[in-house]
Amino acid sequence: MGLHIDDYRTEGFFDEMFVENSVPREAADLLIQRLQDLSTEEIRFRQQAAEAALYQMGITFAVYGSEAAEEKIFPFDIIPRIIDASDWQPIENGLKQRVTALNLFIDDIYHDQRILKEGIIPPELIRSCAAFRPECVGIDPPNGTWCHISGVDLIRDGHGVFHVLEDNLRSPSGVSYVLENREVLKHTFPRVFGPSKVRPVEDYPNQLLHMLEGLAPAMVDEPSVAVLTPGVYNSAYFEHSFLAKQMGVRLVEGRDLVTQDGFVYARTTRGFEKIDVIYRRIDDDFLDPLAFRPDSMLGVPGIMDSYRRGMVALANAPGCGVADDKAVYAYVPKIIKFYLNEEPIIPNVPTYVCWNEDDRQYVLEHIDQLVVKAVNESGGYGMLIGPHASAGERAEFVEKIKANPRNYIGQPTLSLSRAPIIAGDRVEGRHVDLRPYILFGSDIYVLPGGLTRVALKKGSLVVNSSQGGGSKDTWVVDR
Amino acid sequence: MRRAMISRVADAVYWMSRYIERAENVARFVDVNQYLTLDLPVDDELQWNPMLEVTGDRDAFHARYSASDQESVIRFLAFDGENPNSILSSLRFARDNARSVREVISSELWRQINRMYHMVRHAADSGKVYEDPHQFLDEVKEGCHQVTGVTEATMSHDEAWHFVRLGRMLERADKTSRILDVKYFLLLPSVDYIGTPYDKIQWAAVLKSASALEMYRKTHRRIDPKQIGHFLIFDNQFPRSIRYCLEAASMSLHAISGSPLASFENKAERRLGRLCADIDFSDIDEVSDIGMHQYLDGIQVKLNQIGEAIFETYFSLAPAVVAGASGRGNS
Repeated sequence: MGLHIDDYRTEGFFDEMFVENSVPREAADLLIQRLQDLSTEEIRFRQQAAEAALYQMGITFAVYGSEAAEEKIFPFDIIPRIIDASDWQPIENGLKQRVTALNLFIDDIYHDQRILKEGIIPPELIRSCAAFRPECVGIDPPNGTWCHISGVDLIRDGHGVFHVLEDNLRSPSGVSYVLENREVLKHTFPRVFGPSKVRPVEDYPNQLLHMLEGLAPAMVDEPSVAVLTPGVYNSAYFEHSFLAKQMGVRLVEGRDLVTQDGFVYARTTRGFEKIDVIYRRIDDDFLDPLAFRPDSMLGVPGIMDSYRRGMVALANAPGCGVADDKAVYAYVPKIIKFYLNEEPIIPNVPTYVCWNEDDRQYVLEHIDQLVVKAVNESGGYGMLIGPHASAGERAEFVEKIKANPRNYIGQPTLSLSRAPIIAGDRVEGRHVDLRPYILFGSDIYVLPGGLTRVALKKGSLVVNSSQGGGSKDTWVVDR
Repeated sequence: MRRAMISRVADAVYWMSRYIERAENVARFVDVNQYLTLDLPVDDELQWNPMLEVTGDRDAFHARYSASDQESVIRFLAFDGENPNSILSSLRFARDNARSVREVISSELWRQINRMYHMVRHAADSGKVYEDPHQFLDEVKEGCHQVTGVTEATMSHDEAWHFVRLGRMLERADKTSRILDVKYFLLLPSVDYIGTPYDKIQWAAVLKSASALEMYRKTHRRIDPKQIGHFLIFDNQFPRSIRYCLEAASMSLHAISGSPLASFENKAERRLGRLCADIDFSDIDEVSDIGMHQYLDGIQVKLNQIGEAIFETYFSLAPAVVAGASGRGNS
């Protein structure tokens, strides 16, 4: 006897896979049928096999505090999230529109600052932005591109409408899970995957390499590309190593690199070799102790000078974080309008910027209904979910907002869409979001689908892996 | 031209390989010794103390354990995370190194090392091993052989592969010398056994510890201490003899630099070449004249010096001035 899809309840939420109780969406029909054919034992076996595969691939993180340094995989649910290609097309268009505008915005901020002069964005908002880098003013990165790799977090509301929740332009992670999840899932449901016409994701590393090579200084024939990692103790180290391997390029740490006469060299067994393009997974702050934090042990002294002189390319460009500050986020619809003269294809979530007095007043008065976020943090840190928080936690955030209003925004608690997961012997709905990945090179490539993160705890709205979230494979299906 | 390796990466690949070989050797010693205890009429302590000598950990052991009984020694050599030479520690180091170079080794190799590490860690937690050490130790040995097999089957014979072989062969030469040394140095003084069946059993165990008994019999048939010494030091076909290991190591070292075999272009090649020549132009009678222990001790010292020279030539990250885009640094 298979899973009881008949029992599945959408409970009033928008469901990614079901139109209503136990009625699958068309694109999900084949998969749901297959799930019903499989015995619960077989489903459990497949779930375990998928987890074992991820464990063996070493896609694990250490759980500190436990004595034996127990390692766990990032939780993975084998039921994929399926998106109809007709729903996907506007997302893809909307993402291209968004990164195009954000890139123009960054370039403007570090040059003429037209958008500030014309009063679209208050200049103080930029000046007070922690990710704004005065060192980058006047720099012309190759092809005028600043945000080469971005991950934009999307959520779907109770009506099924996609919204942008936040932009991530500073080394967004997770794309390795997209590729590994897909590999695992092909083994899990080969008979559904085959006939389903799922858009492939496997091309991402090629696209990434192609984009990076395109950044090399003009006189370089065969550019040498490297991925720069903070090292094995970084939580995203697996991804750094994975991407370097998939692209067939070097993975380097700061201590492997030196600069001389403006060139960047790697220390190799045969002496020093020049590096032309660096996909850096180190924050601006730590990139170069001569330009930014002098105590950084992770960076490369002199690399900003090489970058400024155009002798090495860096992706993403230093300083691009100015565009993913969560207070700046609130202005993205205006940014799109200003540079492209278009309406945003994917809307923002309504956002109260505590820096504005009216907004601040509203947030303080309605803190029990809002989600409050620190503007410069990610990964679910520095965040308050008003309706679920205790009175003490709310009071703490009220004080924080009053002390440093520039650092906080408020957003309404949204009714995130749900997707079914395997919960023991049952299938139950859980809240999900979606992070698509966008590569900005000579043209813009959007990875079909992206990383679906799922809050595995019943009722929870927090999908971050650091906060008990898991992931799912995401299928964009042509019909 | 093929790309050179990042120095840090070459270092990690080399040590990954050494630690795998180390784990395998410890597993084999323990297994043989445990088997031996079934045959020999001696108490536990006498039988297990030499084990600690082979791995060079006697003091560390006695600092933390009161008695050298079977369970304590196996715990110490297999699972003790504070013993840097235990099987568990070796595999953890091997895995940490492998993890830091996943982009240059094959996925299959990484998976095999990862799998082994988890297997040993789970065995450490279960405690069942003490009842039947053989099954566990066999799994470790086979797992390590699979690492070698997977390396052969999935990796190009490029610079990384040569650093893998270099590490494996130097570690193996060191371990073979120690096995032989322990039998001569520690077991011979118990004169009561010389010439008895127990003596034969012990010598056979030495060969087994080096996984050499069967191959030895094919060439020499009778168990004879001198022939065994010859076989483990000078045989040029047995893959664990010191000579074989050093020749293979030398080939890889020269493949890395591109210099011809009977020459040198750095300190590591010079030292290793000299040790190889020394062995080529020596024999077991000369070893007997010098004294087996002294001779083997000399080899171990030279192996350490070769290791240091490899570090200085290829891995050292000391800042150096760039002499030009293709300039040679570090050496």
